[in-house]
Formats: sequence, structure tokens, C-alpha cells
Amino acid sequence: MNERDYTKGPDRWFLLQEISDFLFHEANLLDERRYEEWLDLLADDYHYSVPLRMNVEFADADTRGETKVGSEVCWFDEPKSTVELRVLQLATGVHWAEEPVSRVSHLVTNLRIEEVTMPEVKLSSRFLVYRNRVADETDFYVGRRTDVVRRTDDGWQIVKRHLLLDQTVLLAKNLSVFL
Amino acid sequence: MAAANLGSTSDPRPSVEATAEPVVTTLARDLVDVDNGVISREVFMSNEIFDMEMHNLFPRAWLFVGHETQVADPGDYFSSWMGTDPVLLTRDVDGEIYVLLNSCRHRGMKVCRYDEGNTTQFTCPYHAWSYSMDGSLVNVPGDLFGVPHMKAAYNGKLDKPNWGLVRCPKVYNYKGLVFANWDENAEEFLDYAGDFHWWLDNLADAFDGTPGDTEVFHGVLKWRIKSNWKFVSENFLGDTYHGASTHASVEAVGIGPGGRGQRRHGERQDQGGHSMGRTKTSFRNGHGASDNIAYEIPYPEFVEPEMNEYFDNAWEVRKERLDAEGRRLGGRGPATLFPNMSFAAGFPRSILVAHPISATETEVWRWFLADKRAPQYVKEWLRQYYMRYAGPGGMTEQDDMENWDYATQASKGVVAQRYPYNYQQGLGTEQLSELDRAVHSNHAISGEVNARAFYRRWAEFVDNLSWEELTDLARSDDRIEAIIRREDAAAAAAAAANESESVR
Repeated sequence: MNERDYTKGPDRWFLLQEISDFLFHEANLLDERRYEEWLDLLADDYHYSVPLRMNVEFADADTRGETKVGSEVCWFDEPKSTVELRVLQLATGVHWAEEPVSRVSHLVTNLRIEEVTMPEVKLSSRFLVYRNRVADETDFYVGRRTDVVRRTDDGWQIVKRHLLLDQTVLLAKNLSVFL
Repeated sequence: MAAANLGSTSDPRPSVEATAEPVVTTLARDLVDVDNGVISREVFMSNEIFDMEMHNLFPRAWLFVGHETQVADPGDYFSSWMGTDPVLLTRDVDGEIYVLLNSCRHRGMKVCRYDEGNTTQFTCPYHAWSYSMDGSLVNVPGDLFGVPHMKAAYNGKLDKPNWGLVRCPKVYNYKGLVFANWDENAEEFLDYAGDFHWWLDNLADAFDGTPGDTEVFHGVLKWRIKSNWKFVSENFLGDTYHGASTHASVEAVGIGPGGRGQRRHGERQDQGGHSMGRTKTSFRNGHGASDNIAYEIPYPEFVEPEMNEYFDNAWEVRKERLDAEGRRLGGRGPATLFPNMSFAAGFPRSILVAHPISATETEVWRWFLADKRAPQYVKEWLRQYYMRYAGPGGMTEQDDMENWDYATQASKGVVAQRYPYNYQQGLGTEQLSELDRAVHSNHAISGEVNARAFYRRWAEFVDNLSWEELTDLARSDDRIEAIIRREDAAAAAAAAANESESVR
């Protein structure tokens, strides 16, 4: 079999279609609260990070505009084992922040392949997570997202998810949904 | 002579001509019935009350502004809030800490809209008045330095020393915790804190007891809630009653040092109950803690051996040091310094400030602390624990916000406001304390004595009593006399019963 060329042409296009389908399916599992199935899509070395954003000068925006993953305070900066704890909490039935359950839609758009180093692919996208709760409580979490996905014998898995939420002060009262 | 830009709010409201009819229609003290444990919902919902709080409480209370390690170097600044006023925590070129009102003296523009940074000069974007942090250029850091067209506009005669950024007249650095007070006549910070300082010590000192040897992690969690700020203060002040229900889900999962299935604060399974001597502490001047300094439990047992090694050693060193000083080992909180700075001094170790926005909106800020000299793996373990525990993403705090917001929403209605909240837990069961002007609850979980004292002090401030009156009222603690009377009466009754028994 010929070596595939993911830098351009049909191979790149098919790869993007395949991964898009995977990520939309993954988003759907979250919206339908099928968390156990969703956890199966996360690699064992999965890492989830959402740094804080800060108001800094134009010249510093790239270097100091967000807190550092791995050493500073973030909204999230955690391994799969912590994500699993969050899923357990949601399932208790007494996690009041999501009881009664919210209505959530994950929109993933502007999806682009950034880098292919098979079996891993790095992707760039924009996210919009909409939450409506109880009656008029409505939150929008919007920003940039970087994913690393890995092709395995069992299909695609997510290895890394890094999100830049476009808020310095969180305008929602909490982050009890997965972004 | 006091500079004209020294902020002072001793007389915060414009004076009103005396008339036959009283001008003030609402008295906060009428809404708080401490004796019967009943507090009006208006305290939390009324715009008029909120306005009184902003005028009479926040500009006169000691407020937490930030941590000194956030402004470690000359020129460093950190943007903060004192009530609804934006302020800059700054360090001048000589290393002194100042708190300045972040509003240009010309047209009020926020001179600095960055969250943090380093500069020796704040230049207003509007008309470019600039303020210097360099004491060699101006009389006092924060003073007006540059004014465009000085000659043409002001004939060179603008009185620059009188038009500097408004400087907070009282700033106190307690072991790295920076507090400020707008009222130059306010009581000194150490008097204001009183014996509550033991909790501040445990917050600011390293885990091995080294004084003030802590720092904050870079990054302050900031989020908005649709709730009155006092719900937040009260929650940490001594409301241990909410844990079992509110935090049932996180406790079922277990996110603490002991790992999955173990308790979230890290107490061992045989610790933490009333039987171990845990009672709450309530101060006459409004501060409160969920525990007492005699309530001594060692640091948690961790899954990781290297964590146990660090904390076992820290506990030993601390015990030796404090024993030598004759100091108690307890007092980790959670606790609230009146009115809006809450913290926990153990697991987690974190500071929270509830910045008021309106009667029904609050911006909550959270800082996390670690020992300055802790090894990297300890800091990293704590950082992970703090993030999964607290803040809007934290598995514990998420559920608090749900309660505060919907309690607020369900209390707004006209009918709802006719019915007060109940604060009767443990009325008449308070216990004596070894601490100055303080009493304890008689139970670890129930007991609302802390909240009753908080709202009593709150009302005294909100009704704008003078500093003389405020000081006088808190000079003694009438709850102590009540406990003594109660105990004497009980002893007398027991003696009488004994006597009649022996006569028979």
C-alpha cells in the first residue's frame, strides 16, 4: 500500500471527514449524557486543560494572556482519572449543580487539521457550548480549542483537549458541564 | 497635613438638614432579630439595604485586596476591588505597597484595565493624565505626574499633589495578606481582627508553622453569581450544616488526599466529629470560624508516600514550634473575616472574596496558597487538588452556587419577602471560649451562633453607627454574660434539686 499524503489532496480531505464525524459523535454523546460511552473515547493518557485568560497588553498577549497549564491555576488541568470522578459525581443524582439536568449543546466548528504524525492528528477548532438550566438560566461558553486524536485498532480516541475560553471573569455561575 | 487625595469616608453621605420627620426610613437593626434568631429577607434582597451597605459598610470595613506575592517586585500591580470600587494593589519603586483607586481624577476613566503587570506609571487613555509610582518624581507614589498641555490648559498652575490617584489611607500587610480600609478613622487592623488572627496565622503561615512563609499560585479564579454576597460569607463563616446535603455528591465520590472514597478535606475516618471537640467560634465583631483553635487534627493521610513524608514532617515541626510558644494547634476554618473575606487554612488552603455588584449579583474571587519552600511535587499535588475541589469547576463549590443563586431567586418575590429566614439553631446553647469576646457553638454541625453575630455586627455598620459606637458595642460580649447567667441558674437549680432530694 502506498504511503498516504496527508498534506494535501483526497487523503487529507478523507481524514478530515473521518475525524469530523468522530468529534461530532463525541459531542453528541456528551449532549445526550452518555458519559460511560464518552469515557471510552478518551485515551488512558487523556489530558483536559482550560487555562484562565487575563487582560494584558497587546505585546504580551501571546506570552502572558493565559495561565500556564502544568504549573498555574486553570479552570481545568487534569488527567482522565479526574474526569472519571466528575462523571461519577454527575451520576449520583444529588449533584445539585446539574440536578435537574441542564440542556446542553456542544457545537464544534472551523475544524482544521494542524498536524499529522500518525497515528496522531492535531486539530484546531472553535467551540460553543450552550447550556440552559431550569428556566431562564442560559450560558454560552465560547472559544478556541485544540485536540489531539489518536487512531487505534478500536477507532479514534481523544488524547488531549485544550480550550481557551473567551472570558476572564466566568460569566456562568459554574463549569459543571464538560467543555 | 493629610494630602487631599487621601481617601476618607468617615462622613460618607451628604448631610441632611434636620427635620421633624426622620429621614432614614429603614434601619438594618430592625431587620435582624438576633435574640429570636429571625432575619428579614430584605437584608439580602433590598436595593435600599444594598445601597446602605455600599455607603456605610464597605468603605469602613477592612477588606482583603490581594497577596503580597502577587506584587513581588517594584512596579508590580494587581487589579482588585474594594466593594464596588476598582483599586490597584501596587508596589512602588522603593518596594512599598500602596492601594490606589483605579479611576482618573480628571474624568474617572479606569487608568488601568489590565489584570496585572509591571509599570512605574499609569497613564489614562482618555486625556493622558499620568500617575507615577516613582517617589523621586512625585511627592507620594500614585500622585499626578504628567498633564498634557499643562501650560496652555492650566496656565501651569494645576495643583498636582492634590489631584493624584485617590490613595487608600489604611493598608495593612498581615504576613503577606494585604488588607485595606478607606476610613482613616477606622480601628487598626489588629484590633479589628482580634483573636480571630489565629485563623489568619494558620492561613498565612507555612504548614510547618514558619510565619508568613506562603505564596499564592499565579491565577485568580473569578466568576459571577446571581446571589447576594452575604450568602457566600455566611457559607464559610460556620455553616457546617450544609455539607451533608449540599456536598453529598462530591463526598460520595471522594476527591481528597486519601483518594477515591475518602473524605474531601482529608480527615481520617475517625476524625472530624463533635466528639473530638469540634465546635464553632463566633466573635462579637462579626468574624466566625467553623472550628476552634483547641480542635486539633493532624494533617491528612495521603495516598502518595512522599506527600505523607512532607506533611508528617511539617506537622511535627509545627507542633514543636507551637507547643514551645504555648499556642493551640487548631483553627483551620473554613472561616470568614467580617465582612467578605472567607478562607480555609488547611485542605484546601484558599482565600475567597465575595465582591458585591448589586443586591442579587456578586463576583467571587478565589486564590490558592502553598508553602513557599514546598518541593515541586507538593505544589503540583495541591494545585491539582485545589482545582478539582474549589471554584466554578471544582466538584465541591459547583453545588454551592446552585443553592445561593436559587435561594436568591426564590426569595425575591413580594410574598416571599414577608417571611424571614430562620437562624434559631443552638439559640441559648452557646459555650464559653478562652478567646477574647468570643463564644462557641455546642455542636460541630448545627449551631447558627456565628451567623447571628455576623448579622448583628453587619447591622451596626450598615446603620452607620460611629466608630465610637461600634467600638463601644464590641468592647464586651454580652453573650458571655448570658452563658454565665444560664450556667449559674442551671447550677442553682441542680443544687436545689439535690437539697430537696437529701431532705426527703
